[in-house]
Amino acid sequence: MAVHTITVEPTGQQFLCPDTKNVLVAMEYLGCDGIQVGCRNGGCGVCRVQVLAGTYTAKKMSKAHVDEADLAAGVVLSCRIFPTSDLTVRVCPKPTVEPALHPTASAGNDG
Amino acid sequence: MAITGVLRPGHMQLKVLDLDEAVEFYSNVVGLVQTGRDATRAYFKGWDERDHHSLILRDAGEAGMDFYGFKVADDATLATLEADLKNYGVTTERVPAGDLLETGERVRFQIPSGHLIELSSQKTDVGNGMGYINPPPWNEAAERGIAPIRMDHALLYGPDIEKVQALFVDVLGFYLVEHILLEDGKTDLAIWLSCSTKAHDIALVRNEEPGKLHHTAFLLDSWEKVLRAADLMSMNRVTIDMGPTRHGVTRGTTIYAFDNSGNRFETFCGGYQSYPDWEPLTWTWDEVGPAVFYHDRKLNPAFLGVYT
Repeated sequence: MAVHTITVEPTGQQFLCPDTKNVLVAMEYLGCDGIQVGCRNGGCGVCRVQVLAGTYTAKKMSKAHVDEADLAAGVVLSCRIFPTSDLTVRVCPKPTVEPALHPTASAGNDG
Repeated sequence: MAITGVLRPGHMQLKVLDLDEAVEFYSNVVGLVQTGRDATRAYFKGWDERDHHSLILRDAGEAGMDFYGFKVADDATLATLEADLKNYGVTTERVPAGDLLETGERVRFQIPSGHLIELSSQKTDVGNGMGYINPPPWNEAAERGIAPIRMDHALLYGPDIEKVQALFVDVLGFYLVEHILLEDGKTDLAIWLSCSTKAHDIALVRNEEPGKLHHTAFLLDSWEKVLRAADLMSMNRVTIDMGPTRHGVTRGTTIYAFDNSGNRFETFCGGYQSYPDWEPLTWTWDEVGPAVFYHDRKLNPAFLGVYT
């Protein structure tokens, strides 16, 4: 088992990742939090990052969150990549919409 | 009151990233029974379900839900509800018999939250493997993996949930069991609807993005089995989102976890028995934490922000 150092921008947080674990789960195991955690299985897109330096292998990830152009630019879901060298990644989540407790003009007939 | 009209959730078609990996997960970890396969899809049911399937997995390269279907009493009911939907102004289409294995014609329509809902009256009774005369109480399928009894309900995320509620209540005969109010004290953040005596058969949370899935729920029959499910999840490196814990809404005990495509699923037990004449229970915005997670008394960020 090889172990690599992951650096997360913009915080600069660093943690070790064995090549048997994906980057996101390795981060969680060590109590780090530089990348937002979602489904951890390539479906929800919350943990999207761009790899700025280093090499990795990747499992399938949702094409709704990572398209071909993204993959070519090193944009991946961190829960689906396994490092084969030290990596530097920059957090780049897609904008998401969340339910809000505060009513808006679009909520309800007379909200 | 006899249960007539819409009887129960009938099927959910889920999108998955890799069909073979998803089949392995739902067969061996969740412990559903695989009942069929076609060119792009695999079919499953809970061990005690009798109809051919309740969960369909489709190889889609992404996560999420294709459609959620309900079983109705018979062909005449299907025709009546189809006409009622059209009179209500809903556009419907008939999906041919056999499009889903062992399933008759389905009436499909889009609801205001952006989801595709289906009604169907015919699905082959394959039984639970124990027969209809002098049956034993359970069999080995009831202990393989998490082994849920059945697919139980779904929670969907989308806009215009008051219009969805009106459609389900006025046309399909559902009733409101519980709801969570927004800060204005009148608009709903979330609604739980039943077509039976279950605390919910479908629930919705208001969100701008249409057509999204929060979770599909599978029923277990004891808190002990919810804890056993948690053990099996950790033993199989399944990623748990929340729990084991209890919901304030429905009182159900629960674990939220993710399948290997990132679709959230729930192993659910309990919930009280409800009746259509009961006054709905109301949760106010300042108690949304215990409404959703009764022990933690707060939402986790993933409840709002992670869905497929």
